[in-house]
Amino acid sequence: MTLLDDNSTTGTAAKSGAGETAKSEPSRPSAAELGAALIAPGAERVHRRDETSAVIRIDEADAEMVEAVDPDPMSDEPMIINMGPVHPSTHGVLRLVLEMQGEQVLRSKPVIGYLHTGMEKTGETLSYLQGTTNVTRMDYASPLFNELVFSLATETLLDIEVPPRAQWIRTMMCELNRISSHLLFQATNGMDVGAVSMMLYGNRLREETLRLLEKVTGLRMNNNYIRPGGVAVDLPDGWREDVMALMDHLPPLIDEFDTLLTGQPIFRERLQGVGTINAEECLALGVTGPILRGSGYAWDLRRDMPYLKYDEVDFDVIIGTYGDCFDRYAVRLNEMRESMKIVRQCVEMMPPGDYRIQDKKVTPPPRARIDESMEALIHHFKIFTEGFKVPEGEVYVAVESPRGELGCYMVSDGGAHPYRMHIRAPSFVNLQTMPHMMQDSLVADAVAIISSVDPVLGEVDR
Amino acid sequence: MTAGPMSESADAEEAAEGAASPEMPELYGVPLSEHRGQAVLHPSLDTYVATVEALKADGFVSLVDLCAADYLTNGTRTLPAGVAPERFEVVLNLISHQPPRRIRVRLQVPESDPTVPTLFDLYPGTENMEREAFDMFGIVFDNHPDPTRILMPHDWDGHPLRKDFGVGAVPVQFKGAPAPR
Repeated sequence: MTLLDDNSTTGTAAKSGAGETAKSEPSRPSAAELGAALIAPGAERVHRRDETSAVIRIDEADAEMVEAVDPDPMSDEPMIINMGPVHPSTHGVLRLVLEMQGEQVLRSKPVIGYLHTGMEKTGETLSYLQGTTNVTRMDYASPLFNELVFSLATETLLDIEVPPRAQWIRTMMCELNRISSHLLFQATNGMDVGAVSMMLYGNRLREETLRLLEKVTGLRMNNNYIRPGGVAVDLPDGWREDVMALMDHLPPLIDEFDTLLTGQPIFRERLQGVGTINAEECLALGVTGPILRGSGYAWDLRRDMPYLKYDEVDFDVIIGTYGDCFDRYAVRLNEMRESMKIVRQCVEMMPPGDYRIQDKKVTPPPRARIDESMEALIHHFKIFTEGFKVPEGEVYVAVESPRGELGCYMVSDGGAHPYRMHIRAPSFVNLQTMPHMMQDSLVADAVAIISSVDPVLGEVDR
Repeated sequence: MTAGPMSESADAEEAAEGAASPEMPELYGVPLSEHRGQAVLHPSLDTYVATVEALKADGFVSLVDLCAADYLTNGTRTLPAGVAPERFEVVLNLISHQPPRRIRVRLQVPESDPTVPTLFDLYPGTENMEREAFDMFGIVFDNHPDPTRILMPHDWDGHPLRKDFGVGAVPVQFKGAPAPR
């Protein structure tokens, strides 16, 4: 911990001079060179459409046909290698077409769709109450955000406002979910760059966070907890003690990550100056979340376009400086600390009251009423078979998920199902940065770059 | 919601359109409407690129989302006067950070010729989104650098999110699947 006090707020620690080993490999630019390239403004390289672009725009089927192994071992022709879709470092079923010159990546292209299950089409056949069970399976590392954005879109169309307690519960649960998602990132990122013990440490803490989510929602993942009109159930007895116990338990263990990783020269050498991208390029590509903030651009929907109760809590937006893998790591590490700050404030400010809106149209009657009232039984039956009708219109609502702007564009034709339900998945857009980050880096760095983008293929493919 | 200035340089065609209904709000000479407090622009195919260019010049730094919608079976949609409804819509969501605001662009795309100019040169981030809109709806983006399918297999038949693409008993298409025994 003593090593790291200088960089515990952002990833702005000065680049160390330990880049000597990299210089023995002639093809690899040093961290300083990459840093200079980054600070140079402009987004010209992401606009290229010819063969100088970092994206190799060949058909996925053509890439399969390419003879991967050059018969002549002395040949220095570039060759095309397919990495994935089932590769341990690609975080699911992501396939990368890499054009390689020796061990250096020239151009690349992520190929996706292996997990495509038509969830947007499915969403058109599910009622608004069933819809959250569908969207929660998209970004399975942060399911509550998907439910939240779907519920917010439905509520905007219905023109209803959920009670304050429901909003505070949503805020707190989402921040707990953000912590668990970033802990998963720490686990996989450590694993991808060779710090295998991080897989255990990160997942251990994530499980402890998920245990709390399970206690509240009943499920570790795919919670279906946030629903149009509020949340599914009120917080359980003793939630305050449980949350505070977790908030006291996590910080020293997250500080251990600093000891293990942040100040560790091998880890820094693997991430510093690797996969740089500047803020202008991020904006041109539509990139949001930790990647944009890691490039030094302070944009966070929670602060800049507040929803729920984020305008009533105090937290900092974490930014990096160089836009490299290390900054993205540091941004996520410190966002966990900010999330814990928010959770503590939520515990403090949690108001009494109702956890869901008492609007008979969207809220089923209490279970006890069903046994004694025929009308309540009919009402319950109607809501869960037919669903409720939503006035026609179209809205776009966005929230800040752990991966960036998660949006929901919803069109209603006045019926009980969405006419069109589109999820703007942050990972889907963020994937486009990979070829630009990977250009002229080594395959080993490509793995670190995939990891630092932190894609969840469930939401990429939907 | 939007605070952008009204454009003075509307061309003659739009000026005539605006004159037909003088009280209709406009931005950059394009009809502007409001849905649930969210600003929506309705350009025509001819003014589409110019409108997005104007938005970019006006501080909308990022195009966060591009998707399409198929209005084949939806008879309830309301559009401002002067905008002819078509089967498909391409929907853009743009964001300005300074000041923080959003705007949406809804472009009517005819079924007979679903071709739209690409926005790649303005916002390169639309590359994947336009590929998805092509894959799911069959909307062709003219001059797109990589006009291929993105989610479905490259030899897939049809565009699944169209309303006339069946759900349910659709034969599964797998390339190179072994013959049944």
